[in-house]
Formats: sequence, structure tokens, C-alpha cells
Amino acid sequence: MEPTTAPAKPQFSPAAQAEIKRLIAHYPEDRSKSALLPILHIAQAEFGGWVSPEVQDLVAETLGLRPIEVYEVSTFYTMFNLKPVGKHVLEICRTGPCMLRGSDELTQHLERITGAKVGETSPDGNFTLKEVECLAACGFAPVVQVREKYYENLDTNEAVDGMLNEL
Amino acid sequence: MGRKLLTEHIKVEGIDTFDVYRKHGGYRSVEKALKTMTPDEVVEEVKKSGLRGRGGAGFPTGMKWSFLAKPEGVPRYLVCNADESEPGTFKDRELMTRLPHLLIEGMITSSYALGANTSYIYIRGELLYVLRILEKAIAEAYANGFLGKNILGSGYNLDLHVHPGGGAYICGEETALLESLEGKRGNPRNKPPFPAVQGLYARPTVVNNVESIAAVVPIVNDGGDEYAKIGVGRSTGTKLISACGHLNKPGIYEIELGVPVEEFIYSDEYCGGIWKGRDLKAVVAGGSSVPILPKELILKTAAGEDRLMTYESLSDGGFVTGTMLGSGGFIAMDETTCIVRNTWNFSRFYHHESCGQCSPCREGTGWLEKVLHRLEHGHGSMHDIDLIVSVAKQIEGNTICPLGEAAAWPVAAAVRHFRHEFEWHVTNPKEATAPGAVYRAAGVLA
Ligand SMILES: NC(=O)C1=CN([C@@H]2O[C@H](COP(=O)(O)OP(=O)(O)OC[C@H]3O[C@@H](n4cnc5c(N)ncnc54)[C@H](O)[C@@H]3O)[C@@H](O)[C@H]2O)C=CC1
Ligand SMILES: Cc1cc2nc3c(=O)[nH]c(=O)nc-3n(C[C@H](O)[C@H](O)[C@H](O)COP(=O)(O)O)c2cc1C
Ligand code: SF4
Ligand code: FES
Repeated sequence: MEPTTAPAKPQFSPAAQAEIKRLIAHYPEDRSKSALLPILHIAQAEFGGWVSPEVQDLVAETLGLRPIEVYEVSTFYTMFNLKPVGKHVLEICRTGPCMLRGSDELTQHLERITGAKVGETSPDGNFTLKEVECLAACGFAPVVQVREKYYENLDTNEAVDGMLNEL
Repeated sequence: MGRKLLTEHIKVEGIDTFDVYRKHGGYRSVEKALKTMTPDEVVEEVKKSGLRGRGGAGFPTGMKWSFLAKPEGVPRYLVCNADESEPGTFKDRELMTRLPHLLIEGMITSSYALGANTSYIYIRGELLYVLRILEKAIAEAYANGFLGKNILGSGYNLDLHVHPGGGAYICGEETALLESLEGKRGNPRNKPPFPAVQGLYARPTVVNNVESIAAVVPIVNDGGDEYAKIGVGRSTGTKLISACGHLNKPGIYEIELGVPVEEFIYSDEYCGGIWKGRDLKAVVAGGSSVPILPKELILKTAAGEDRLMTYESLSDGGFVTGTMLGSGGFIAMDETTCIVRNTWNFSRFYHHESCGQCSPCREGTGWLEKVLHRLEHGHGSMHDIDLIVSVAKQIEGNTICPLGEAAAWPVAAAVRHFRHEFEWHVTNPKEATAPGAVYRAAGVLA
């Protein structure tokens, strides 16, 4: 018998289950592995912004894959957080075109405001800062992504405050 | 004013909805193709148009389509490459956000031409919000009988799905993209076999960029010959240029191929000149993978002719004095820009994005980043400058996919054209590391 202290096994909500079913139907019957990335996105949104080993095992089970097939994918792609994250994850673009328009200064500014360093979560648990590569918004630089939303032209204090107020 | 074949209606209120898009002539190419043309006739128009792949390689789209293997009883696929992750490139995102139905219309007409009954749009994972815009538009197309079974009573069936990536530049490389679409790590495959023979699920597959697929719409509507009348020589039609960096008006511009670079940078119709009244120093004209050129060489070729926004003119002079049109990611740098810092930044990008399969790329990009970091931060030696050129040379031609070269060429070009700046970092280590050094490396504000 399982010890009673073991963490409850994660389960997808009914809405997520329905969405997963819809996604698997996009691919040929013997190719449901194709749904892995879309389902990892759902899992990350569903379970607090990161994919724990237990969540990855759940994804493997859902798709009938060996766990290693999920681990090797989740570690390859940068969008999947493998450690717990803060309430808001600020993904700051650091690539050339953004650097030309002040992303280094923006990063320092956000480190000061949030109290988190890049790669870390602020002591109050509110913010995780992450540097990412080009977000395909270079003409509106500098750019930060928070969840599914892009915040652009963050080269003034007002613009940065506007973003933080919206979170 | 140049003609706008893709973006004419981009500012129309509600153009992202089926009804408004349709009112502005949307989905005519589907009606024309499915009702009056055979698939081969559509391919023929695309060939006549001279359209070249807008993802960056510039391979003729019609020719690629005609290479598609068609064994009996085997499904074939069309996959749209919406991974858009080349630094400096942001046109596909704009097109999909504002004109989702243009891409969907292009996908239907193109899938018909290729005989595909299931097609996918592979979009980079960061753009989940755009994926939702596309899914909404796809649902509208189904509801109006442009997708699904027996489209417009023609007997042709098509299902279209959008698939998100997970954050990996390499997945824009078409074979890595296919691996990723199969639910695996994005490791590029050896080519040949090309996807046209063995692609998704080892079936014949065409992979095309968002903009290439969108261009099929005006090509089918007006005919390939009409399309080919625009442009210069083998650079036909219009092209979306993503303009960024130190410009007064960064953004997306649809240009007729052949506009002089000088006009593109300085005229008010396009970028409106360099910001803050400064002088231009250098341009990366086709996304971070192409060689950087100093002002003199981006405005005029080595022979003194005006440089034009065409595949041929931009590559005039090869990699010695020329560059490439690539994906049209146009990055302008003003006189205060530190070329060493910029080169280091890009090499960090390639090191970060190398999939690690080939040693020359995995190790070489690491060395480039490390030595450039040293130079940028005032710890480098003159020998280091030759070292990065030699590392770049050893990557070239020794890898499975061109990411390695994309990392190597820009470094070689930066040293070729701006060697004095690398040397300045060696001889002035204190100044190179002082706060604000970024703006002094050029000596302009020293
Ligand atoms: N848009 C973006 O974000 C990025 C674009 N790029 C661009 O990608 C380019 C390199 O792309 P690749 O796909 O490696 O170039 P490639 O030259 O190998 O292929 C171009 C296209 O033509 C097809 N093709 C070529 N020869 C063929 C043949 N004999 N039979 C059938 N099909 C054939 C390929 O399958 C591919 O679709 C670079 O020049 C760069 O500009 C690079 C990074 C990012
Ligand atoms: C490292 C690398 C990244 C690439 N990224 C993209 C991309 O994001 N979008 C794209 O359309 N093509 C990209 N390509 C080019 C594709 O491999 C392929 O040539 C293109 O999708 C074919 O479409 P086209 O003929 O319509 O241009 C990339 C190539 C390489 C080597
Ligand atoms: S060249 Fe680099 S990115 Fe391309 S397959 Fe080799 S290791 Fe991977
Ligand atoms: S460099 Fe930041 S969005 Fe492209």
C-alpha cells in the first residue's frame, strides 16, 4: 500500500482532458506522440507554471509513452520550467536587436524593482526573471513576455510600470 | 508607393474575421483553384511567378512543389513553417496576428495544389496567443465550408491544424521542425532525403514559410505572370521586411523587390532614417545568420552600384563584400554601436540554440561565445581575433544543418569589416570595460 503521506498524484481537470482529446485527434491514430508538446503546454498551465517529474509522468501516461520520451523532450525546449517558479514569470528578450534598444538596461531595472536576479525568483515569490532569446518582436524592442502576453517598447519607466501594474 | 499584395487590407477594422476578410476579396483563390484549375495548373502558376522561399533560403517554391514525390495511396503533407525565430525577423507573427485568414486561404489553395488532405501550421511555442487567433479563424473557415469534407462541392477534403513548438530556434530548420512535430527533440535530419521525398512521418512533405504560403493567394488570383512582373530579375514579387534596430520607424514593410537599400533606410515611406539624428554604422540585412556589412557596403556594392533589396544585389560580392537577403530581418546599427558586443551577443545566441548533435557546431559555437566574451570584456589578445576566425572556418561545411554556418559567417564578416574595433578592445581594455563602453568602442563618442 502507498504510504498515506505520498503527494496526491496530479490529475488533469475535465476541461484539460477534453482539450487533450481534441488535440490528439489532430494527428494520425498511430502518431499520438505528436501531441506531446501541445500537452506539455497544457500541463504547465494547469499545474502552477512548471512541469514536475510527477506531472511529466502523468503526460507520459496520458499519451502511452515511456517517461523518458517526455523527459528528453521537456529538457530540450526552453519554455518548460523544470523547477517551481514565482507567481509571474518575466521573460526578457536579450538578443541583438533588443540589446540595441536597451534590453540590458531593462534587465537591470527589472532586477532592481522585483528584487530577483535573472534565473531566480524574488523573495516574496511574486516574480521569476528569465532571459530568453529573440521573441520575434524585434521592431518593438525591448520586449518582455509574461505567460501568453507580449509587452513591447519597454524603454521607459512608464511602460515598465504599466506592465507591472497589469500583472 | 509600391504595390501591396499581402498587406493591402492589413489595417481594415475586423479583417481578422471571416466575414470582413471575405468582403475584401478573401478566399477567391480557393474558389478559383478548386472550381476552375487542376492541382498541376496551380503549381504551374506558382512556377511562373518566380516566387522564392521567404523563409530565408530563397529556393524557388514552384520547383520545390514539383519535386514532391507522389506515390499512389500514400498521404502527403503541407507543413507551414511559422517558427519565426531568426533574430531580426518578426514579419510572420504580424501577418498571422492581423491577417490569419490570408495564411489559411494560402494553406487551402497550396494544399489543393499538392494533393495534401491534412496540413499543419507549426508555430513557435512563445506565440500561443497567435495560435489561438489562428484556431479561431480555422473554425470560421470550417463553418463556412472552406475546410473539411468536400470543400465548395469540389470533392476535395482538407483538415488544417496548428501545432505549437516549445521554445527552440533550431525547430525553424525544416527537418528539426518535422522531428518536433512528431513529438521529439528538435534534432535536424541529414538531407537528402529532402522532406519532399521523406518528411513528416516519413511521408512526402512540403515545408514552406508563412509568407511564401500567403504569396500563393495573389499569385493564383492574378496569375503567376502578373506576379513576376514585379521586382527585378530573379527576385520577383513583394517581400515583407522586418526593420529593427536604430531606425526612426522600425516595423514591417511590404516592399516591391528592387527598392534601393538607401531609399529603404532613409525615405519616409519606409524606415525614415537613423534615430536620434545619428549616422548609420552597419546593417545586418537578412536576419542574424547573414554577414554584417558596414554602411559603405550596404548602400553601394564594391563596384559602386546602388545596392538593391533583391536576392542578387545583396549577395553581390559574395561573402567578401556582400551579404544575403535571407529572411528579410533588417537590423540597422547606429554609429555608437559596439560591433564586438553585438557579435558576442549573437554568438551567445547560437551557442544557446545549437542542438548539440555535431561536435563542430556544439563545441565551436561555445568557443566563439567564450572568446568573444573575453574580447568584449577587455581580457582578449590579438591572437584571439585570429582564433575566432579560425574556429568559424572549422565549423563551416562540417555540420548536419546550417546553424553552425549561421553562427560562423557573421563572426568572420564582423572581423573582416571591423577588425579595428576588435583590436581596440585588446589595446584599450580599461575603456572597453568602463560603464557605457558599448557606446565608445567605435571611437565616435570617446
Ligand atoms: N526565417 C527564419 O526565422 C530563419 C531563416 N533561416 C534561413 O534558412 C536558410 C537555410 O534554410 P535551409 O532549409 O537549410 O536551406 P536549403 O537550401 O537546404 O533548403 C531550402 C528549401 O528548399 C528545399 N530544397 C532544396 N533543395 C531541394 C531538392 N533538391 N529537392 C527538394 N527540395 C529541395 C528544402 O527542402 C527547403 O525547403 C538560411 O539561408 C537562412 O536565411 C535561418 C534561420 C531562421
Ligand atoms: C537554423 C535554421 C532556422 C530556420 N528557421 C526558420 C524559420 O523560423 N522560419 C522559416 O520559415 N524558415 C526557417 N528556416 C529555413 C527552413 O529550413 C526552410 O528552408 C523553410 O522553411 C522553407 O520554406 P520556404 O521555401 O517557403 O522559405 C531555418 C533554417 C535554419 C537552418
Ligand atoms: S549544425 Fe548545430 S544545430 Fe545543426 S544539427 Fe549540427 S549541432 Fe545541431
Ligand atoms: S531580439 Fe528581442 S524580439 Fe527579436
